[in-house]
Amino acid sequence: MRGDIFARKKMNAFVFLGVLILVTLVAIVMTEYNVAKGFTSIPKAVHWGFSNFYPNGESFRKLPDIMMKLKETVLVSIAATSAGAVFALVFAIFGAHTTRFNAVLGGISRGIATVFRNIDVAAWALILLFSFGQNVMTGYFALFFGSFGYLTRAFIETIDEVSGGSVEALRATGAGYFHIVFQSVIPSSIPQMISWILFMIETNIRQATLVGILTGTGIGFAFNLYYKSMNYHTASLVVVAIVIAILFIEYISNYVRRAIL
Amino acid sequence: MTAQTGTKIKVKTLNKASVIIRATLLTLTIITIYSFITFDYKGLNLLDSVIKTAKMLPTMLFEPHFKHFTFLEALYKVLVTMGLAFLTTLFGAVIALFMGLFAARNLTNNTTSNVIRGFVAVIRAVPTVLWVLIFAVGAGLGSVAAVVGMSFHSIGYLVKAYSESFEEMDNGVIEALKASGANWWQIVFQAVIPSTITFLLSWTFLRFEINFAVAVAMGAAAGAGGIGFDMFMASMFYSDLREIGVITYFILAFAIMLEVFASRLKRRLKLNA
Repeated sequence: MRGDIFARKKMNAFVFLGVLILVTLVAIVMTEYNVAKGFTSIPKAVHWGFSNFYPNGESFRKLPDIMMKLKETVLVSIAATSAGAVFALVFAIFGAHTTRFNAVLGGISRGIATVFRNIDVAAWALILLFSFGQNVMTGYFALFFGSFGYLTRAFIETIDEVSGGSVEALRATGAGYFHIVFQSVIPSSIPQMISWILFMIETNIRQATLVGILTGTGIGFAFNLYYKSMNYHTASLVVVAIVIAILFIEYISNYVRRAIL
Repeated sequence: MTAQTGTKIKVKTLNKASVIIRATLLTLTIITIYSFITFDYKGLNLLDSVIKTAKMLPTMLFEPHFKHFTFLEALYKVLVTMGLAFLTTLFGAVIALFMGLFAARNLTNNTTSNVIRGFVAVIRAVPTVLWVLIFAVGAGLGSVAAVVGMSFHSIGYLVKAYSESFEEMDNGVIEALKASGANWWQIVFQAVIPSTITFLLSWTFLRFEINFAVAVAMGAAAGAGGIGFDMFMASMFYSDLREIGVITYFILAFAIMLEVFASRLKRRLKLNA
């Protein structure tokens, strides 16, 4: 019997590996991926990077403009996340098992969140370009929809995880629905929710760069401008600015997380 | 007895955690309001645009049509996007597995772990689209630049996830093997990876789900091909709302399929673990 188990395990591993290799080959053919070029491109890119992609003295003259654009992008990300979080909280309360009114409403609010979550932010940006044009609000709403969808799922999981027992206890004492939500559910899940919001802000700054390339706003536009005009020194300065901004926000988030969780 | 009637029972204590929670919420609110005041709206009429969007969405969703490609062509393009996501996840997972081993504190010394963690944090901070565009200068726009560029962020994400999984495992097993004279590679392949494999797989699949969305975005913003590029063309060049509707349905169907599959896998892995 023991031998059987090991033989079966080995067999499973072989089948898994075989399927993996097959799928890889299919993927390589379909995407027209050049394997050799994939390997040679890395040393080439590193070489190019060290000889061209670094900020020089002249690029620093563009720094005030870059900082302005960066500020806009950071503000858009934070504003979209906060607004998304408010809507997500309402939908999460309707959608979570412990706090929903009934299964139908719960299903509807989960369904809406699923749709918003699974249409990517870039896709939202391309759709909203039709009605908002190349404007900062295009990116704002794209990020807002994405954050709303993602945070709704995260908040639902948080509520169900944190507040099952206390809701039951309060219900047994005869507390009303709003009492339960505002006195127990929200206070006990708020640290976890803030942690998710901070994570979303970091993600959104990166996403905002991508959206900015599509909608011609913010730091993404600045990068695209210098990149397309082959002003690589300034483009690299944009990258450095983004990295510093994201690491700074990550540092603050970690501090807040350690203090509240 | 009478002395007590005047004293209130203090229900809420103001400790450090609750002060920081309030400060965070207040800061976010202030920044949000400040943002809305200082945005450069360029004379955009917000109400008009919202109404326009509300009129536009039904056209997009209820009158989708195929114009520049057929159903099968669109299906093929989605599969190309899936292929890009798959290759990225595979390359990312293989590299991240080794880096993750050296980043886990219970398997290496603190210096190595800190160096890798710092390095990975910087890699993660650069947006994926910039990695792809930077690689495109050398390799040209296309699947090579897309997969290599997207792999960076996958590696950053998976190294963090893998090393945390390794650190959560029972230290007794590692010590027992060390005491019996097993070398580092034996410990890794006989104990560490087998006992964490379910977590590794579920993190990897989660990343595959994310990479699908990233691959769509890279098709649109960095010429990576696949369905994202068609969406970019439909929006920027043809201004064809109905075609965008079709593409949205394709993306939604595949993304939701992946999500359902991922949550099933997660449940099964939890049962097995």
